[in-house]
Amino acid sequence: MADNQNTILQVENLHTHFFTESGVIRALRGVDFSVERGKVLGIVGESGCGKSVTAQCIMNMLPGNGRAVEGKISYYPRESIGSQTEKVDITGLPPRGKAMRAIRGNEIAMIFQEPMTSLDPVYTVGSQLMEAITLHQNVTKQQGKEIAVDALAKVNLPEPARIFDAYPHQLSGGQRQRVMIAIALSCNPTLLIADEPTTALDVTTQAQILDLMRALQEETHMSIIFITHDLGVVAEMCDDVAVMYLGKVVEQTTVDAAFHSPQHPYTRALLRSIPRLTDENQTRLDVIKGRVPDPSVVPPGCAFHPRCPEVIPGLCDVHTPEVIKLGGGQEVRCLLYDDKLMAQSPTRTALAESR
Amino acid sequence: MLAYFVRRLFYMLTTMVFVSLIGFFIINLPPGSYIDVYQAQRQNMGTSTASAELEALTRRYGLDKPVYVQYWKWITGFVQGDFGISFEYNREVKELIWQRLSFTVLIALGTLIFTWIVAIPIGIYAATHQYKIGDNAATFVGMAGLSIPDFMLALVLMVIVQNVFGFSVSGLFSREYIDAPWSLAKIGDLIKHLWVPVLVVGTSGTAGLMRIMRGNLLDILNMQYVQAARARGLSEPLVIIKHAVRNALHPLIMLLGMSLPSIISGSLVVSIVLGLPTTGPLYFAALRNQDMYLAGTFLMFLAGMLVVGNFLADILLALVDPRIRYE
Ligand SMILES: Nc1ncnc2c1ncn2[C@@H]1O[C@H](COP(=O)(O)OP(=O)(O)OP(=O)(O)O)[C@@H](O)[C@H]1O
Ligand SMILES: [Mg+2]
Repeated sequence: MADNQNTILQVENLHTHFFTESGVIRALRGVDFSVERGKVLGIVGESGCGKSVTAQCIMNMLPGNGRAVEGKISYYPRESIGSQTEKVDITGLPPRGKAMRAIRGNEIAMIFQEPMTSLDPVYTVGSQLMEAITLHQNVTKQQGKEIAVDALAKVNLPEPARIFDAYPHQLSGGQRQRVMIAIALSCNPTLLIADEPTTALDVTTQAQILDLMRALQEETHMSIIFITHDLGVVAEMCDDVAVMYLGKVVEQTTVDAAFHSPQHPYTRALLRSIPRLTDENQTRLDVIKGRVPDPSVVPPGCAFHPRCPEVIPGLCDVHTPEVIKLGGGQEVRCLLYDDKLMAQSPTRTALAESR
Repeated sequence: MLAYFVRRLFYMLTTMVFVSLIGFFIINLPPGSYIDVYQAQRQNMGTSTASAELEALTRRYGLDKPVYVQYWKWITGFVQGDFGISFEYNREVKELIWQRLSFTVLIALGTLIFTWIVAIPIGIYAATHQYKIGDNAATFVGMAGLSIPDFMLALVLMVIVQNVFGFSVSGLFSREYIDAPWSLAKIGDLIKHLWVPVLVVGTSGTAGLMRIMRGNLLDILNMQYVQAARARGLSEPLVIIKHAVRNALHPLIMLLGMSLPSIISGSLVVSIVLGLPTTGPLYFAALRNQDMYLAGTFLMFLAGMLVVGNFLADILLALVDPRIRYE
């Protein structure tokens, strides 16, 4: 999917480390994926696999003890559709510099998991909205306020003029998340990063927020990176999906392919662990055996091998899988698809003979 | 907001009533009547007071009546501005206390301002440069400030000022100004002397406040809304000052009201060491000598200062925090 004229964001071989008192935590160990213009990419994976860290890297706002030590994030701004020359190397920009701040909140916006704490309690909704608008758009206060009230109306908040003057504690969680979306979209970003935007909400509100995001995406044609645990949400919201495991993307593909012909054993295991309404004989859900290992002690070889149902001893615990391109734009990091290594593998040969 | 204000006002008055009740009875606990002590003192000095005068006193304060009658006489007089007399000095209490109370307030306010002006910026710097050299230095100096006893700091400063600057810092005025009328020169002289007690009383408070500010700010910096402000593209100083510091200050405003007791008790020790004319030494002596009306008056004023301080802190908090304002 890389090198595509329609790519808006490309992440290549991203390694991010956190330097803590108890040692270096390798949160990302070579993340590759790309986002297409006007498409919604879902990033899924178990807790701790590095989804939020990836988002922080794209926004170039890692905490003080974190650093992207290797790799590259390229962003292709809105004016330069098709022309590769104008790309911005986000990893190369100083996090607090002017250039990065002109992108942040303006071209790439972000919404967060906890709507209850995403708004500063001591300022009104309006003042926080205006902060973004007056920063990135050359407008008067009056025009800014019009844009702000407009943005609140766009996310289907009732009485936007009243909400403008409200303090965050006067709003419900769902309303606050709508406000966050309004702030994020007030400057017409080309890319929106949504880090589990509905996890903290009840099911009804969750559905409403998802509908809203889908509708706004269709209206504005922005790209979205949608981070979630929930494969159901992916099926509903996304065009493409990247599956992460322990700081790496193990599979990137279209949503259709991910659900109908998942290639990586981890993707398959994830799919087996969601309940199906069509399941008539009420089989028990498969739970992926074992737990996500600590990122400070990553298993050798393929990091998933201790939990993998299709593990090949002597191969998976030795060799680190590279990205393998399958047909239809499907990309997978798994030795099962590495023909060269598979041919050499003694176990594999033995397995094949015994069949 | 108005309801909040009225409620706080009500709490404030109730607190004062309780303080006066409890305080009065505690001061009355030791055996023996003040008249006895008073009489004994008079006799020691060789002047036997006419029993007519003693009787007048007894009647004025109901000293032969039960304690609650005495309390009632005292407190009704108190609110009308009659604080009673000091047996020890044989003068009206109100003649004795004003100057000392105003110096106490002066030192307390000076200390508060000093503490905040020094502690807050250092706390912010330390939190935004966590574990860097500046933060570690601030921690070290802060720990030293917390652990040096006030009286020692007072003595050390006294010696240093005496030897380096060549003037004596004991007292609040140089000798030639003590009885002089107020003038610019006298105020200048006061300021020259004031910084030593302010520094001594304020050091441990500054160190403590700095640690608290640092801790609060570190907590707030991890909040989602700080991240969200950054994600909007705000510059880092704006994120820190407008969003993080503003929120980190709230708990400190609550502390503001509560820090007065330690400032006032801190100034007692320093006042004794430096010989300052504050309330501390006199209050202490009054308690020891069972000089009940003097002690009671001090108690009421000090408690009043604390309660008013807390009240002002509550109002300030409501002004800066909409969650309280809209309760
Ligand atoms: N500031 C930090 N300091 C140290 N380690 C961190 C920090 N932030 C993240 N990590 C580590 O990086 C790894 C990835 O964390 P991340 O928050 O990206 O997970 P996630 O996939 O978003 O999980 P979740 O689904 O629970 O949100 C975790 O092991 C985490 O402990
Ligand atoms: Mg996360």
